[in-house]
Amino acid sequence: MAKYLLLKHYRGAPAPVNDVPMDKWAPEEITAHIQYMNDFAARLEANGEFVDGQALAPEGTWVSYDGPGRPPVTDGPFAETKDLIAGWMIIDVDSYERAVELAGELSAAPGAGGKPIHEWLELRPFLTEPPTITE
Amino acid sequence: MNAELLRSLTPSVIGVLVRRGADFAAAEDAVQDALVEAVRAWPDDPPRDAKGWLVTVAWRRFLDVARADTARRRREDLVDQEPPAGPAAAADDTLRLYFLCAHPSLSPSSAVALTLRAVGGLTTRQIADAYLVPEATMAQRISRAKRTVAGVRFDKQGDVATVLRVLYLVFNEGYSGDVDLAAEAIRLTRQLVTVIDHPEVAGLLALMLLHHARRASRTAPDGSLVPLAEQDRSRWDTALIAEGVNVLQLALSRDRLGEFQAQAAIAALHADAQTAAETDWVQIVEWYDELARLTGSPVVRLNRAVAVGEADGPRAGLAALAELDATLPRWTAVAAYLHERDGDLATAARRYAEAARKATNASERDHLNRQAARLNAR
Repeated sequence: MAKYLLLKHYRGAPAPVNDVPMDKWAPEEITAHIQYMNDFAARLEANGEFVDGQALAPEGTWVSYDGPGRPPVTDGPFAETKDLIAGWMIIDVDSYERAVELAGELSAAPGAGGKPIHEWLELRPFLTEPPTITE
Repeated sequence: MNAELLRSLTPSVIGVLVRRGADFAAAEDAVQDALVEAVRAWPDDPPRDAKGWLVTVAWRRFLDVARADTARRRREDLVDQEPPAGPAAAADDTLRLYFLCAHPSLSPSSAVALTLRAVGGLTTRQIADAYLVPEATMAQRISRAKRTVAGVRFDKQGDVATVLRVLYLVFNEGYSGDVDLAAEAIRLTRQLVTVIDHPEVAGLLALMLLHHARRASRTAPDGSLVPLAEQDRSRWDTALIAEGVNVLQLALSRDRLGEFQAQAAIAALHADAQTAAETDWVQIVEWYDELARLTGSPVVRLNRAVAVGEADGPRAGLAALAELDATLPRWTAVAAYLHERDGDLATAARRYAEAARKATNASERDHLNRQAARLNAR
């Protein structure tokens, strides 16, 4: 009954416990990691808690208006200095506690050595429409 | 072919099948088949008794499926053991369905989805649209809910309070897509009032009617929130208000006060005032005292502080507010408003901005930001 966005950061959060770049993992470890994510999403869909989710490319560009008649300015990519979003998932759950529980589970995806990566996820509630009864 | 008629008959037909021993999912499937058959057959050969026709066809369909099932023997035994179908009030069957859909084993969102599907007769797509989730997600939520209640047999009355809570959740969902959930909740609660004799059911219906009556004036054409004091009262639906007040008075006369009746009484006092200045805040504070006694809810005490601020002045309101936990939702917004009325505009502006950052919905956030900007621009 409340939607939350789970943001997976490349950077911008404290370093995870199992902090090994993905290109240093064994191929089967990457497969296991992706499988975990897919299984997680499939389980939430079966629960009725899944709304949407996508992975994003690491390269992002900052874009801004630059005055009339001029093309927008672009800045970057400066992957090394900017906080980047690796992907996101939207869930629809009955409580904040449930959202935290699910984010914790997603953070336990296996990484290098098959151990959980303890990845940091940002959990953001959606702004909703106002309830009909506010008194 | 009257789709409304079919939709309104669906819950009681499912209820009959469930009472005769069909599990919920099988009953629903059978009734769906019967509805399809009705759409095909009725234009040429309209039945004299639409509900009787649907029950007969759905029950036959259920038996066909039950016989064909691998667990045929067991199910037939089950059906055999059921008492023969005799005359039974439609009310009991519909009520059974309400209780089943609000079963305590279901999570709130599942109970809401199942109620809209089974009692409301909405399609899965309509429910998914209303709650802004994919249809597949909603389909799974509903089928899980059905599995959860599959083994539930009804030998005793369910909890009315749980049913009311589910209907309240449906009503209070601000978003409305293809289906107006507030109107749907009112429709279902009206139906419940006819099958259950309980003053709190009437209290909830009154509450919904009184709020629905003021709905059109709650938002400006651009979607922004209009506070109660600034609403155009000529746009309130006086017929709905009159009905709500009437339903409430009948409920109150039963002398079994509950939280929905108390909330409806407050809504009625607001609806009754010709202008915001005429609002009977003293009586509203008294009702909030009742409500606080009934629920012990901190949110109620927060609303009470607003009413105290109107009845006895902003200082009194701020004193009432000071007794409450400042982390409560809307605490900061209330503080901002009371500080402004007390003439402390700097504090008010700061509190409005702080409240905007904490707002959980977009129109409220925008409204609070505008309030802060208004004071800062002075």
